[in-house]
Amino acid sequence: MASMNDVVQSLKPAGGFEFDLCARNNMLKQMGLKAPKATSTGTTIVGLVYKDGVVLGADTRATGDTTVEDKNCEKIHYIAPNVYCCGAGTAADTENTTALISSQLELHRLATGRHSRVVTALTLLKRMLFRYQGHVSAALVLGGVDLNGPHLYTIYPHGSTDELPYVTMGSGSLAAMGVFEAGWKENMSEDEAVDLVAAAIRAGIFNDLGSGSNVDVTIIRGVDDVEVRRGYQILNPRPYARVRPNDLTRGTTTILSETRTPIHAGHVEYTNEDAVDMETSPVESGGPSSS
Amino acid sequence: MQRTQQPIVTGTSVLGIKFDGGVMVAADTLGSYGSLARFRDLRRVRQAGEYTLLGGSGDYMDFEAMLEYVDELLLEDTTLDAPPSYTPRELHQYLARIYYNKRSEFDPLWNQLVVGGVRDGDVFLGYVDLQGTHYEDETVATGYGSYIARPLLREAYRDDLTEAEARKVLEDAMRVLFYRDARTINRIQIGVATEAGGIDISEPFELETDWTVGIRKH
Repeated sequence: MASMNDVVQSLKPAGGFEFDLCARNNMLKQMGLKAPKATSTGTTIVGLVYKDGVVLGADTRATGDTTVEDKNCEKIHYIAPNVYCCGAGTAADTENTTALISSQLELHRLATGRHSRVVTALTLLKRMLFRYQGHVSAALVLGGVDLNGPHLYTIYPHGSTDELPYVTMGSGSLAAMGVFEAGWKENMSEDEAVDLVAAAIRAGIFNDLGSGSNVDVTIIRGVDDVEVRRGYQILNPRPYARVRPNDLTRGTTTILSETRTPIHAGHVEYTNEDAVDMETSPVESGGPSSS
Repeated sequence: MQRTQQPIVTGTSVLGIKFDGGVMVAADTLGSYGSLARFRDLRRVRQAGEYTLLGGSGDYMDFEAMLEYVDELLLEDTTLDAPPSYTPRELHQYLARIYYNKRSEFDPLWNQLVVGGVRDGDVFLGYVDLQGTHYEDETVATGYGSYIARPLLREAYRDDLTEAEARKVLEDAMRVLFYRDARTINRIQIGVATEAGGIDISEPFELETDWTVGIRKH
């Protein structure tokens, strides 16, 4: 006879997000509980369609509230050989979401025997994010080139998407969009595109506190032609080199006096009548008792 | 008894940039009533005294109230036969004190101001806001302008920037703001202050825009 518990258990979703605690969490929040802030990528990420392809750009700062947690993180994620994705929001969410869809696409390529299409990545990502109702805090800039040409999309945490010729996301998106709106034109050359992308990221790095460090760029020219320029511009190098300990020779600090005291370990004796010598040679009858 | 309020009719961003020999201030002429584009010809770039440009965002009535404070100060000057009109730097200091003191009484003037001008070779550009925050810099911006336009102004600024170049930078920045700030209109004023030319505030004019960008031909 099925008990009440069995019925309830069978109604629970098998794996994935459970929204049961959301009501409780909201109530606690209203009561004044301050939840710890997840590591966010602060971030300035951008994408731009130029004459033949797509250029993606990102800064490299990861913050936890007001602390810089990673000074050189990678925000441009591999999705497929011809598709890459910049991620802003909660670092764990962007990392795991892009990795998951990347994995799904690889299996799909094996099944179909074809290159991945950017819309496929788009659809997989947006369907997943919508299912999680915005709780997976990933704001993405998806770009790539497939048989239909270059494509660039933005994907918001709640699952909506836009297709545009130039996009910016993250806390530095306003600074970057200012640069894009002032400088974008149709059919830019690759050099112009990379310059504008770098300028937009720089605007984020220097004007937004959530963004910083370096400029990463990825150029997707064609289905088989991708160039990843990690550390395209290193703008905030450490100005002083630390003096390593072994650079300091004896005598760097003046020696005023010297005293040598030998350490007496003493003779320690362990006595244990039941002690048996350890078996160190290979045992003939192998392994545990087989009788 | 006035207490901390909420802004009613508001002006959005004001931009300011120094150039070689003066300062330039720009703002659109919109007075928003929440999300309604209610007043389409508000003058948010004004002259204060002989040498100072004042650009105001935030509550428009508070901006005009502040201008009355300044008028009073300048009137005092005239009647007491004191030295000529206050310098931009002095007005900035005066406004900073007024704004901070009123904030401390929980009765703020809900504005973010750009104060600029030239006097005796001193080219000045500064910022004052409803909390009493005040500073001077080579570029200033209020509202959305701080996020979208200021990076552009900072990048463009050079010590030897010409007046024409400064005008182009401000126009380009105002155009970007018209694209991206939903509380703007395409009708702007630019005020210039130079030692020789004094203060000159243009009549409102329209910027060229292109809204076809990104429209795909299918």
